[in-house]
Amino acid sequence: MGSKQIVCIVCPVGCTLKIAKELNEYSVNGNKCAKGKLYAIEEETRPTRIVTSTVKIANGHLNRLPVKTSSPIPKKLVFKCMEEIKRIEVEAPIRVGEVLVNNVLGSDVNIIASRSMYKE
Amino acid sequence: MMQYDIVVVGGGPAGLAAAIKAKKEGIDKVLIIERDKELGGILQQCIHNGFGLHIFQEELTGPEYAERFIKEVEKLEIEYKLDTMVIDLSPKKVITAINSVEGVISIQAKAVILAMGCRERTRGAISVPGTRPAGVLTAGMAQRSINIEGYMVGKKAVILGSGDIGLIMARRLTLEGAQVEAVLELMPYSGGLTRNIVQCLDDYHIPLLLNHTIIEIKGKERVEGVIVAKVDENKNLIIGSERYIECDTLLLSVGLIPENELSRKAGVEIDNVTGGPIVNESMETNISGIFACGNVVHVHDLVDWVTKESMRAGKSASKFAKQLLNNQDSININVGCGIRYVVPHKISLSEKKETIELYMRTDNVYCNADIVIQVNGETVKKLKKPRLNPGEMQSIKLQLKQIQLEKNPIITVCVDKGRAENGI
Amino acid sequence: MYDITIIGGGIIGTSVARELSKYKLNVALIEEENDIANGTTKANSAIVHAGYDPNSETLKAKLNVRGNKLFYKICNELDVPFKRIGSLVLAFNQEEMVKINKLYNKGLINGVPNVEIVNRKRLIELEPNVSSNALGGLYAPTTGIVSPWELAIALSENAVENGTQLFLDTEVIDIKKEESNYRVITKYKQFKTKYIINCAGLHADEINNMVNSDSLKIQPNRGQYFLFDKGIENMVNTVVFQCPSEKGKGVVVLPTIHGNLLLGPTSEKAYDKESFRTTVEGLDVLKKEGARVIANLPFDKLITSFSGLRAKSYTGDFIIEESRESNGFINVAGIDSPGLSAAPAIAEHVVEILHKIHEGLEKKEDFNPLRKKEMRFMELSYDEKNEIINNNPQYGRVICRCENITEGEIVDAIHRKVGARTVDGVKKRVRCGMGRCQGGFCGHKVMEIIARELKVDITEVEKDKKGSYILTSSKDANEMYNKINEVVVLMVKSQGENVG
Repeated sequence: MGSKQIVCIVCPVGCTLKIAKELNEYSVNGNKCAKGKLYAIEEETRPTRIVTSTVKIANGHLNRLPVKTSSPIPKKLVFKCMEEIKRIEVEAPIRVGEVLVNNVLGSDVNIIASRSMYKE
Repeated sequence: MMQYDIVVVGGGPAGLAAAIKAKKEGIDKVLIIERDKELGGILQQCIHNGFGLHIFQEELTGPEYAERFIKEVEKLEIEYKLDTMVIDLSPKKVITAINSVEGVISIQAKAVILAMGCRERTRGAISVPGTRPAGVLTAGMAQRSINIEGYMVGKKAVILGSGDIGLIMARRLTLEGAQVEAVLELMPYSGGLTRNIVQCLDDYHIPLLLNHTIIEIKGKERVEGVIVAKVDENKNLIIGSERYIECDTLLLSVGLIPENELSRKAGVEIDNVTGGPIVNESMETNISGIFACGNVVHVHDLVDWVTKESMRAGKSASKFAKQLLNNQDSININVGCGIRYVVPHKISLSEKKETIELYMRTDNVYCNADIVIQVNGETVKKLKKPRLNPGEMQSIKLQLKQIQLEKNPIITVCVDKGRAENGI
Repeated sequence: MYDITIIGGGIIGTSVARELSKYKLNVALIEEENDIANGTTKANSAIVHAGYDPNSETLKAKLNVRGNKLFYKICNELDVPFKRIGSLVLAFNQEEMVKINKLYNKGLINGVPNVEIVNRKRLIELEPNVSSNALGGLYAPTTGIVSPWELAIALSENAVENGTQLFLDTEVIDIKKEESNYRVITKYKQFKTKYIINCAGLHADEINNMVNSDSLKIQPNRGQYFLFDKGIENMVNTVVFQCPSEKGKGVVVLPTIHGNLLLGPTSEKAYDKESFRTTVEGLDVLKKEGARVIANLPFDKLITSFSGLRAKSYTGDFIIEESRESNGFINVAGIDSPGLSAAPAIAEHVVEILHKIHEGLEKKEDFNPLRKKEMRFMELSYDEKNEIINNNPQYGRVICRCENITEGEIVDAIHRKVGARTVDGVKKRVRCGMGRCQGGFCGHKVMEIIARELKVDITEVEKDKKGSYILTSSKDANEMYNKINEVVVLMVKSQGENVG
């Protein structure tokens, strides 16, 4: 492959990184710290993101319960993950961190509540 | 009249942290007054992650971050009133509030901490021309509608302003199935964090159009589209660059304004640049015993910094309530070239602190520049920065030991040797 | 059959309706929009002019001066805030001082009380912040300020309380002349009526031309405005005009009745009657013209800009007369400035015309001139507030934090005789969303309250006009639109018996 440019999102500096693959090794340029290199390689090989959204909740003091993936999931699964989240309906009470869906899309990642909600 | 040692106005991140700190400093009667139906403030609608890296060394969502503080408030048995609106505050620290259960409440406080946060700048404030159909709303309003109430606000959106809320909402709308046509930014740089541009726009191929604005909103009942145009370096429209973008929704993320109507009632002096109270390093305003912290003082990018600042306010207010704070004389911190504002605005002479932290924003993008603190024209501190961006708040520690405050030195913060990326 | 059908629910239609509700008549007031005061009445300068500006011998002059006199009593009866704050017309050079002299003389002829030519010294006493270039001007102490839409709503409420039947969402499609009456055809309902009073504002020509061949022509003239936040209204104490020109009275700076500062209007020919928009050029004109009057207007304190269309007639004067072709068809058309000021007198004038064509016009003995008072909660004392919250906890819940409006006041605005049904309807009545946050904080809460009180789904709550939906949810917009129309039909049906 040729070289590719990405903007590092690890810290607010926002370095422009150049990443290239030679044989089986990645070379990263433009990073001002070691974290940048790791980020570039991960973003190139297996980009992941945390997904956050809300689900329907009954008997809570609000209509929606915020949720998130327990860890980052592959970027390509983000929209599929949203589809899964849209199907979830829960009932109060819920505690923060409670697992709502196990192993979503076989990714080893759970969908968890990102706040507690008491029963109204 | 009710009596409290410290009354905190606002139960968002600033108010929660201030109240917790005050209680932990040994103040018994602390009261938080919150106008919404729960504590947590705007964090409750900020369901995305990225909060707490500095305070908790982990990435939390807004509600998670809020919950940690709310639990602490409960654990410390700090009193709070919800659905309660403060309608008046006197310089003598008498608070008048109102709610459905108690009616009109009068409270005498020894110290007051203002933590009312900020509001969003509206279409009207920036005078976007055109018709006035439904479908024009602030990004925060849309965020509340989608994340708290559970209603979508449109199907095809354009976002004006690239502040963080605008960027976050571009992603949120996209994930919820709406089409975001573009994010427009009048300035040559984004007002949001770079990571948000990557995660919220680039990930979803949403174009960020810098040096662009909206010159007309079209639509009779509901938004039908907007005419956008490019501007030159002086923000003048470039004739011929106009184009029409069809959409049913226009979100605005064009800045936040500290909400200080209540502060003004108490005679609190306001800085025209920040829109918030003028404070010293104790976060005390010009009115003795009235403190302020968080976005009511100046708009922060990171809630972690709000928390830190508010803990300082909580600590100072508790000292005040114990009659241990003496802030009578102070010297100003001057805003030098390249800097828009510095908070705190003043350093008190009688409170002997070793170091204080100064927070500031620059007036432009600078590359490879230094933030410099000068005392009587001599540099006492220099902080090298590869990149300074008005959208990203800077902080710098000042060792007070080096400065003979009693001699009334002139302290100035400025940007040095930088290369402005645009303008200037 | 109705004796009279009034077409148009703006300040003119409602003034006429309220005046006619004093008489033993069966009156229908019909309005195409879903609320009173949704056209010219909701976007104008909100000034009750003294009356020195219109040329003597015109209807404008006569009705303006008379209307101004009637304002205090009407606003008092209807519990609508009104203040006589006086006005100044500034002169920036000797040429303009000559114009000021002419205005002064017109004022005398028109019978405007206490007009006065002022020099620079007196000018500064009256307006300390006025531009240093102003030499002097004309002072007219009787000029007043009012909220035109609140007045129109109050007039309609009082009319309805006195027996007028109000029909909203009732657009006139056609009018048929029958043997001894007219038939007004609308989408859902027909009105058989002896007389028609055409108060249709911008659309008065279209209504007229449904019946008459003489082609009345209304030219819409656009005016753009800036509204500033509260806290700076003391920049001016009076309504400050510049010297009038052939284009009109020029850009004015004035405090509003609710304590904001208003700057406007521009004067531009609008190409159609739906052209309610502000423009880059128009807003620039305002900034320049505003700076002539007050050097340092704080444009960082703007809270909104808006535009209104004025219905100009080609004669330059109001057209208030029975049609020469159609007996019993009374036009009240071409009511541009000073239409608001003249409105109470226009209503009297219409009754005079009716007296001539309808025998035995008889006053009701039981006419009640007073409207149920509005509770302005924040103006009450602590004890009064406590007592009210005790009786109704909704008054303890502040919804709009900019204007400090409680849930109780919003609920009352929805359930009054001519109640609010939309977000802007609430805004017009109790000012939620009119403040500096422009509804950013209270918008959703207001929608929830409307949905709850009117027993509709929140996605059906609209901003103002039909089709101005706010939330889309998962619902399709078209689907929603149809649903709203059904609701409207139900409402209209429940409002009065079907004639025709």
